[in-house]
Amino acid sequence: MVVNGKKLIEILDRIADVIEENKLMLTELDAAIGDGDHGINMSRGFHAVREKLKDDDGSDIGIILKKAGMALVSNVGGAAGPLYGTAFLKAGAVVEGKQTVDVADLENMLKSALEGIKMRGHAEPKDKTMVDAAEEALNALNSSNAAGESPQQAIKAAVDAAYLGLENTKDMIARKGRASYLAERSIGHKDAGAASFALILKTIFDELYGQESS
Amino acid sequence: MVGIVIVSHSRNAAEGAREIAAQMAPEVSIAAAGGTADGRLGTDINSILKAIREVYTDDGVLIIFDLGSAYMNAEMAVEMLDEDMRKRVEISDAAMVEGAAIAAVNSGLSKPLSEIMKELKHCRISKMP
Repeated sequence: MVVNGKKLIEILDRIADVIEENKLMLTELDAAIGDGDHGINMSRGFHAVREKLKDDDGSDIGIILKKAGMALVSNVGGAAGPLYGTAFLKAGAVVEGKQTVDVADLENMLKSALEGIKMRGHAEPKDKTMVDAAEEALNALNSSNAAGESPQQAIKAAVDAAYLGLENTKDMIARKGRASYLAERSIGHKDAGAASFALILKTIFDELYGQESS
Repeated sequence: MVGIVIVSHSRNAAEGAREIAAQMAPEVSIAAAGGTADGRLGTDINSILKAIREVYTDDGVLIIFDLGSAYMNAEMAVEMLDEDMRKRVEISDAAMVEGAAIAAVNSGLSKPLSEIMKELKHCRISKMP
């Protein structure tokens, strides 16, 4: 697996479409225990990413991710803006100047993104946030890479783990964000941020290896 | 005098809190940064940055916010300032309307930012993570 800047821009472009297709699902998850704007916020954010990268020459992966991060920070409106924005900025920082990235870079990017999300949102695992999907994904990617599995297997493992993390948020009591106002009543609902995180990771896999194999 | 920035998810709420605070201290610079750029509920880092720059003096700026992501965006806006501006900007977790009014009154009395932060401790509602 080697991804160049042009391919990365295509992936981000596809993420904008997938978020758009899943806008209602994300909004419904958020509406159940939050403020119900996650779908539209993410859709706006990733359309802004698409717009911002339209004329990018794709020569520097770090710059692409930074531009994406700034577009998200400036256009999302809800908590997802600073969180995903920070995630993309942090991911970009570890691949600055690179023309291509491989699966080892992806692990570094995900690690740095997760650190950024935790730093910005002060969330830890089991708080019922996107951290619960991201942490599982990173651990799976790390184990798979360490075991010498193929990039396809490793990224697939990360996607599956992110969805497992998302499922796990259902039984958790929200400790961050608006959902925390509901305390125990947040149990039984999946976290919208974890859902968008899993969806983004799945889109990356699908773009790299095709939907058939996912 | 310390400038004040009110960050709210709602343009109306930010403007309303600004009005209430300004009535008590008309001489103080207070800016409202409410809602997203396209007029939805939410907070916008660019409008927060603009508001900080609008009321900034070397006496500093105090930011008061309403809920969750307002804090994260305020924090990111502060991080984007130049270093010498950044060290003169504080974010308070005071209740928004009360905090804005108390901060405005104390700024009008020419109290320094550190003193105003102390005055606000009675209406802190632990909404910062």
